[in-house]
Amino acid sequence: MATLHDSEEQPTGARNTVRFLDTEGRFAPTPAAEEFAPRLEGLEDSLLEEFYRDMVVTRRFDIEAGHLQRQGQLGLWVPSHGQEAAQVGSGRAAREQDTIFPSYREHAVARIRGVDLLDVLRLLRGLTHGGWNPAEVGNFRLYTLVIGSQTLHATGYAMGVALDNAPSGDVTKDEAVLVYFGDGATSQGDTNEALVWAASYQTPQVFFLQNNHWAISVPVSRQSRVPLVQRASGFGIPATQVDGNDVLASYAVSAHHLDEARSGRGPRFIEALTYRIGAHTTSDDPTRYRASEELALWESRDPIARYRKYLVGKGASEQFFAGVEEEAADHAADIRKRLLESVTPPTDLMFDHVYSERHPLPPLQKAQLAEFEASFGEAN
Amino acid sequence: MPGTVMTMSKAINQGLADAMAADDRVLMMGEDVGPLGGVFRVTEGLHARFGGDRVLDTPLGEAGIVGAAIGLAMRGYRPICEIQFDGFVYPAFDQITSQLAKLTNRHEGSARFPVVVRIPFGGHIGAVEHHQESPEAYFAHTAGLRVVSPSTPNDAYWMMRQSIESDDPIVFFEPKGRYWPKGDVDLGAPAADLHASRVVRTGTDATVVAYGPMVSVALAAAEVAATEGTSIEVVDLRSLSPIDYAPVVASAEKTGHVVVASEAPGFVSVMSEVAATVSERAFYSLEAPVLRVASFDAPFPPAKLESIYLPDADRILDAVDRSLAY
Repeated sequence: MATLHDSEEQPTGARNTVRFLDTEGRFAPTPAAEEFAPRLEGLEDSLLEEFYRDMVVTRRFDIEAGHLQRQGQLGLWVPSHGQEAAQVGSGRAAREQDTIFPSYREHAVARIRGVDLLDVLRLLRGLTHGGWNPAEVGNFRLYTLVIGSQTLHATGYAMGVALDNAPSGDVTKDEAVLVYFGDGATSQGDTNEALVWAASYQTPQVFFLQNNHWAISVPVSRQSRVPLVQRASGFGIPATQVDGNDVLASYAVSAHHLDEARSGRGPRFIEALTYRIGAHTTSDDPTRYRASEELALWESRDPIARYRKYLVGKGASEQFFAGVEEEAADHAADIRKRLLESVTPPTDLMFDHVYSERHPLPPLQKAQLAEFEASFGEAN
Repeated sequence: MPGTVMTMSKAINQGLADAMAADDRVLMMGEDVGPLGGVFRVTEGLHARFGGDRVLDTPLGEAGIVGAAIGLAMRGYRPICEIQFDGFVYPAFDQITSQLAKLTNRHEGSARFPVVVRIPFGGHIGAVEHHQESPEAYFAHTAGLRVVSPSTPNDAYWMMRQSIESDDPIVFFEPKGRYWPKGDVDLGAPAADLHASRVVRTGTDATVVAYGPMVSVALAAAEVAATEGTSIEVVDLRSLSPIDYAPVVASAEKTGHVVVASEAPGFVSVMSEVAATVSERAFYSLEAPVLRVASFDAPFPPAKLESIYLPDADRILDAVDRSLAY
């Protein structure tokens, strides 16, 4: 018997990667970054500090959620550790009017858009399949668990944006759509169809690929022979690869491409090179499939440590960092407290939203269940 | 315009056109639905009348059609998807069952998903593999979807209008073998609710329950039986999810003999559900077990064998005879 070819090579090495901050936090733009540098000009210190706050608060929340899962308070946890810069940069680049379609690991973006992260935990505690109303919470759509499905929803939504209004030319008003997906999702049919549709209809949207190098236990080398950013050109979609652990690169490139998309110049694709420091979920054990050297390499590229050095270099005070730490701890403690106070929803939840309009089965079965449960009460 | 005579194909076309004229958020999307008018010409003239932004010839991918329609619905549009043939719906199965069907529930009341998925289905056209299937049970089984199938041009027109007006996802099965026979269409007002089943021929000896393409076969069987002195009542389900059981149960209580018939294979089918429910609700009225007439539990055969595979009037009459002989 022959064997199928197995690639040892990681196909996703640096390729004209946009990076502003080196791993020591020095401002050292790569040649590819120069085009995007204007996006960083004039950024207020308060926003630069907000990037840091976003990353630290989300990291601390993520750690707390991991603890809660280990303590039996969550059925599952999906850590975002290591991917904060990719998420915060792009999430902060999105404008208020934009609509965001997450996968299920975009906790930092959720928080930026106004989602109470307790609602993310409610999903993983088994209290809801949704958690918030996207129309009322930052146009941040619900998490989607089937890999790649949301890319098509984003593209359809973006088609609707394009049908509603031609771009006015005012980037503070025109809408764009931002959709997140991972390296595993690039192998899904839905994702590829979304790229075909987006290119065909020239939708105002940005495809944001977080290449965290692992689809549970399968390396990105199984998904692709070529850098994933290269795929986009086959669809006719302009693409940029960024250092996903550099929040400034993620921000600048996302802001640029979102504005291109909203201005009627068609879809854009961003590959953010990052790394899933933790497990896929608390159900798996990464030591079974990946080398500790690889983990150590990416830990040395930690997005928060890097950015902290940059801010220190810019003169941020110890007081600022201490304040962020305190806020992160308070946020995590508050979420823990409220999670432990959360109550199991009534059984009505199973029946009440199956349909929007009247359908005989859910109310019938709801009544039957109530009658069945009442029969025990009478026995007592 | 009451009493206009037209084919089912034209009636659906008219229903789409009237709905699109009434609400500019209604979009038609699918493969070849534009200038060609669809492979069955059901969308004929819509592209010329409403333009390419309302009648979208999409890239070729069923998951893409339904997935993009979901996104358009999130944006406030009311998309109608055409799946070109029954056997081509499976690439969209995940988007229909894991997404479209569950999104209302996932949103817990904060969003509605008014998407119609049109599927020409069933046999009788002598086509190649994947072009004559009856996949309705997959969708009727899935909570969150509504599933309907008209049997006449009048129902086709009104059920299409009602489906487009519904805020829930609807899978609309069009019996393609019935696209071309003509019938009266009353454009004045709908004859029934979208989900109402209906007695389409009254009788006293036995009940035959059918839907979509099998209704005309059941009516033909009843016609033959009448010449032999057997009075068959025919109930057209019209809606497969939900199912309106009242006329079915009333008929069962009247005749005591029930045969359920469908083009779909019988194993775990919509009609097995009907048989079970009739047994539950009309048990003391039944003089015989509910009998099923269905296609065989084998893949749809090459076209030269389809007339053997698909239930015909004789197979229905045989089942009626077996029921009456109990």
